[in-house]
Amino acid sequence: MAYSDKVVDHYEHPRNVGTLPKDDPNVGTGLVGAPECGDVMRLQMKINPETQIIEEAKFKTFGCGSAIASSSLATEWVKGKTVEEAMAISNTDIVRELSLPPVKIHCSVLAEDAIKAAIEDWKSKKAVEKTAASASVGD
Amino acid sequence: MAIKLPIYMDNHATTPVDPRVVEAMMPYFHEKFGNAASRNHSFGWAAEEAVENARAQIARLINATPKEIIFTSGATESNNLAIKGAAEMYREKGNHIITQVIEHKAVLDTCKRLEKYGYEVTYLPVGKDGRIDLDDLQRAITPKTILISIMYANNEIGVIQPIQEIGKIAKEKGILFHTDGVQALGKISVDVQRDNIDMISLTAHKLYGPKGVGALYVRRRNPRVQLSAQIDGGGHERGMRSGTLNVPGIVGFGKAAEICQNEMAEESVRLRGMRDRLKDSLFAKLDEVYINGSMTHRLPHNINISFAFVEGESLLMGINDVAVSSGSACTSATLEPSYVLKALGVGEDLAHTSIRFGLGRFNTQEEVDYVANRVIEVVQRLRELSPLYEMAKEGIDLSKMNWKASAEH
Repeated sequence: MAYSDKVVDHYEHPRNVGTLPKDDPNVGTGLVGAPECGDVMRLQMKINPETQIIEEAKFKTFGCGSAIASSSLATEWVKGKTVEEAMAISNTDIVRELSLPPVKIHCSVLAEDAIKAAIEDWKSKKAVEKTAASASVGD
Repeated sequence: MAIKLPIYMDNHATTPVDPRVVEAMMPYFHEKFGNAASRNHSFGWAAEEAVENARAQIARLINATPKEIIFTSGATESNNLAIKGAAEMYREKGNHIITQVIEHKAVLDTCKRLEKYGYEVTYLPVGKDGRIDLDDLQRAITPKTILISIMYANNEIGVIQPIQEIGKIAKEKGILFHTDGVQALGKISVDVQRDNIDMISLTAHKLYGPKGVGALYVRRRNPRVQLSAQIDGGGHERGMRSGTLNVPGIVGFGKAAEICQNEMAEESVRLRGMRDRLKDSLFAKLDEVYINGSMTHRLPHNINISFAFVEGESLLMGINDVAVSSGSACTSATLEPSYVLKALGVGEDLAHTSIRFGLGRFNTQEEVDYVANRVIEVVQRLRELSPLYEMAKEGIDLSKMNWKASAEH
């Protein structure tokens, strides 16, 4: 199987590999996929609650080269975007950018899922914070 | 000595043709090009002589007689001929066939087709070591059983089945015993008398011969095995396999068999030494690596290892100057991880991380060391990238996680 140059580049020089503190209230973590399916992506974002801008993004991926490239690209793309903009990233954008063949489309789907999951996680943290805050006011 | 890249270490898939084999074949393309079935001129006689010589060389390697060797296009055809040919021929006697789950597809899919035609097939399970349980075999036998087909050694994990014991059971019960001997031939001792084998499928290209030529050994005495031909035509090969013989290929097959006969004892020691060196290097530097299948009952040139938390295709991508193969789904057309590893009870998570190394005649110790170092380097790099490795190191039990797989799966 031949890989596109961009996939190879991300595989050899993955961007933003790493871990953010998952208990940080401003960090959203998306963990998608399953080991049995051969791919697991973890995408984390640090989001500024004031501006809603994604200030930092990190990933780790267990999966094929295309899965690694899709998640590496996702971290590049979400950085500096607002939450709303990031939610608009679609798997087809990733497919196009990395020239993924049909059998690798699921890698891009997983990357999109990971972005959304990370944002959802951050949102749910915010919601809990709010409830906690309003609860404490009620006291 | 500088290492020449890429390095080929996928000798279960195919092997390079030995230069001595190429040399033996050369005259049979242009100079001695005759049809071995041409009985009335010297071109035909020369071709026939060459074929008979090759038949004898192959027969010697398995302790058979030359007349018991039927040439085919390869082991897939041999497996088809053995199983379908016997099933059809002995239909009156019974309709039950016993095989096992980690056979090559050429056996499994042949059996599946026979099921459609009203045959019953028992697929014996294998243990964690990759071997069948002889008690299971005994229990599976019915008065309707006409054929047992169990491979000599497996192509993915190199595990050798208890062939002599199976042969003995089959003989006692008067059931034909066929074995797919492709991976074993020329690598370990195969003896149709000692092993009580009635039919064995063979191919040239796994033992440094050319592609496109194989053989089926069909026992002629005690018992005399009869087969229904699956290809009709001129009645070549005792009527079992019509079609003009591939003379250059057959000559090459014969020469390859002869070389194996002469060099196997020494070669297997050398390959085993290199294989163990590779394994030991990997195990010394990497944690969470697992051997798939029995280490005791294993071909000397095979090792199949799961590198936990590193997906196989990404590992192959990292060691792109080394040719090996993976049991990962991503490397197969079906998107299913290896059915062989699954049958051994290897979890799908680990099946995705498996790599098969198949050493061969032309590998050197320098190459083995190079491969070991490359694999170690890439596994370590990819584990830095693996969320699973990080979680496992934190003590999280991955099997207890509630994974959210995407809809695609």
